[in-house]
Amino acid sequence: MIDLAHRRFYMFWIEIWPYEFYFVAGLLIMAGLGLFLFTSALGRVWCGYACPQTVWTDLFILVERWVEGDRNARLRLHKSKWNFRKWRLSLTKWGIWLAIAMATGGAWVFYFADAPTLLVDLFTGQAAFVAYGAVAILTGTTFLFGGFAREQICTYMCPWPRIQAAMMDEDTLTIGYRDWRGEPRGKHRKSAEADQLGDCIDCMACVNVCPVGIDIRDGQQLECITCALCIDACDDVMTKIGKPRGLIDYMAVTDEENERAGRPRKPSWKHVIRPRTIIYTVLWALVGAILVVALFTRAKTEINVSPVRNPVYVILSDGSVRNTYDIRILNKQNVEHIYDVQVRSENDLKLSFQGTGSNTVTVPADSTGSFRVFITAPAGSAAANGGLKDIHIWVEDWVTNEHAYSDSVFNGKGK
Amino acid sequence: MSKQDQNKNNEPPTTGHEWDGIREYDNPLPRWWLWTFYATIVWAIGFTIAYPAWPMLKGATPGLLGYSSRADVADDIQSFVDANAQVDTRLASVELSAISDDPELKNYALNGGKAVFATWCAQCHGAGANGIKAGSGFPNLIDDDWLWGGKIEDIHATISNGIRDEANDDTRYSEMPKFGEFLEPGEIGQLVQFVRLLSNQDNDATKAAAGKELFAENCSACHGDTGKGDRDQGAPDLTDAIWLYGGDSETLTATITNARFGVMPAWAGRLSESQIRQVATYVHDQGGGE
Repeated sequence: MIDLAHRRFYMFWIEIWPYEFYFVAGLLIMAGLGLFLFTSALGRVWCGYACPQTVWTDLFILVERWVEGDRNARLRLHKSKWNFRKWRLSLTKWGIWLAIAMATGGAWVFYFADAPTLLVDLFTGQAAFVAYGAVAILTGTTFLFGGFAREQICTYMCPWPRIQAAMMDEDTLTIGYRDWRGEPRGKHRKSAEADQLGDCIDCMACVNVCPVGIDIRDGQQLECITCALCIDACDDVMTKIGKPRGLIDYMAVTDEENERAGRPRKPSWKHVIRPRTIIYTVLWALVGAILVVALFTRAKTEINVSPVRNPVYVILSDGSVRNTYDIRILNKQNVEHIYDVQVRSENDLKLSFQGTGSNTVTVPADSTGSFRVFITAPAGSAAANGGLKDIHIWVEDWVTNEHAYSDSVFNGKGK
Repeated sequence: MSKQDQNKNNEPPTTGHEWDGIREYDNPLPRWWLWTFYATIVWAIGFTIAYPAWPMLKGATPGLLGYSSRADVADDIQSFVDANAQVDTRLASVELSAISDDPELKNYALNGGKAVFATWCAQCHGAGANGIKAGSGFPNLIDDDWLWGGKIEDIHATISNGIRDEANDDTRYSEMPKFGEFLEPGEIGQLVQFVRLLSNQDNDATKAAAGKELFAENCSACHGDTGKGDRDQGAPDLTDAIWLYGGDSETLTATITNARFGVMPAWAGRLSESQIRQVATYVHDQGGGE
């Protein structure tokens, strides 16, 4: 997909040449606007649901649970001495983590080379050093980040939590705790004070499930990645004790104010669909539409011409005047094509390729052909005796008849 | 200066220096920093022993390892020479006319020839191979007019043996007489007008008519009855639009009176056979080759 050595990018049937990198820039702009949109509407949903760091961490925790048992068992195991059982379980866990990490790193390098060939090469020791290096680095970072660093990456390394504050506003849906309903918290015993307690029974379920280790009841915090595990945990508990769900819920700042004042909250869709998010969506779609139009209207054949200026012209023995040009024909199709090259001008000029003397040339698939051509004006003609004359050099695909041209000039003997 | 106040609030001692109330802690250097510093000193001593380092009157001390960046470059060059050895041998041994039919050889020759040309030929023939400037006497190699022939074999022979190179027995040699020693200035003037007639330039018809006979007697032996020249002798074609020294009356008079004697050194022996073939192929490909 990404051929660094030959500087080509492939996406299905689409082929991007390096000077068309604005397509990639467009995709990045779309990704940026998409992040703005989702953050302004739903807070850090990217972090909670789509970020590879979260996904891989969850995957690693899944492995950990499968190998070592549930949370309490894991805590006991981690606190216990290093005996045979602990070694066995830990090594199993690390082995699976490493296998996942290697598959990740391996998958990554396959983007940069022919995957089936590279796969065989990797296992037979034939692959390039950079391939092994990239796999090793990605394996190591995935293993460390997913297995050990986990939420530290989000809190300390990732710049996004710092930016998110600027993206979110009072209508953004984030995870919130209805403290006016839950407080004062406390264990519900059959005692007199029970009536005065709020709905929160201080079971710590929300804190225990939190992947970034915060207490959501303290309010919205930098570390929160909007994964909503605390909502699920609290709803389970509320159901069990027979209280209404939603003590912890998706809420916006305005909802809190409304509910405290006893007014009904805005419906969720009104939080999501509002002028700001609509503007983001329109911009996002606009960039996308421009990219699609640019993609389907871009030329498959292009020509660049640079006149050779040393010397600007040469007089031939019959008195005719010849100019030399370096032309480059870009064939952006995956098969080789034959091109017919002509000079068009008001004057009587003839074009021929250096070496062959013909007017046609073959350019291999996906490549730029560099050629030198001669353009000759007959002796005594206006072009031969005059000064600069404008010319167009046309290139036409023999098969598709697609054509392109480049403007240039012809130098005669005159000033 | 204040006196050193030690361990007040567990603070480290100060150096006792004070500038505008600012005092400097007397902390020891960090251990890792100190040891890194010592290690660099050890490394520096070892480096100056092992590698060229101290400048002396004649060059620097060579160092125990005998390293030399010059030798490195020489090795690099040698490695490229070795890598090219096979194609060089092949290029030097095939028929000259076969080079352009073999894409690998031709590509190698064109690229190599470009470098050879820029190094050895461009001084006289110009970087663009167009002879520095019109009338300079250095032939333009990209037009289609050749004194000694424009086939690859001709170009190869010219480069190998040179032109009027006294040190080379096979050199291309011819010499035009200084007609100023045999002919009257008036006769030379008639010849000049006839030569301008041959090349379709403005001329004095009566003088040119008189010059025709003079041309047949004095010039046609080399330049031919029709003035088309003779490549075997390097006699230029006088009928075309290309002039090595100039086709105006003044220059033609000077040329006929004093003659011209352009020379080019032989390159066989100075360049390898492969290099000569490379540059011959390059010149042949510049638009004038026959």
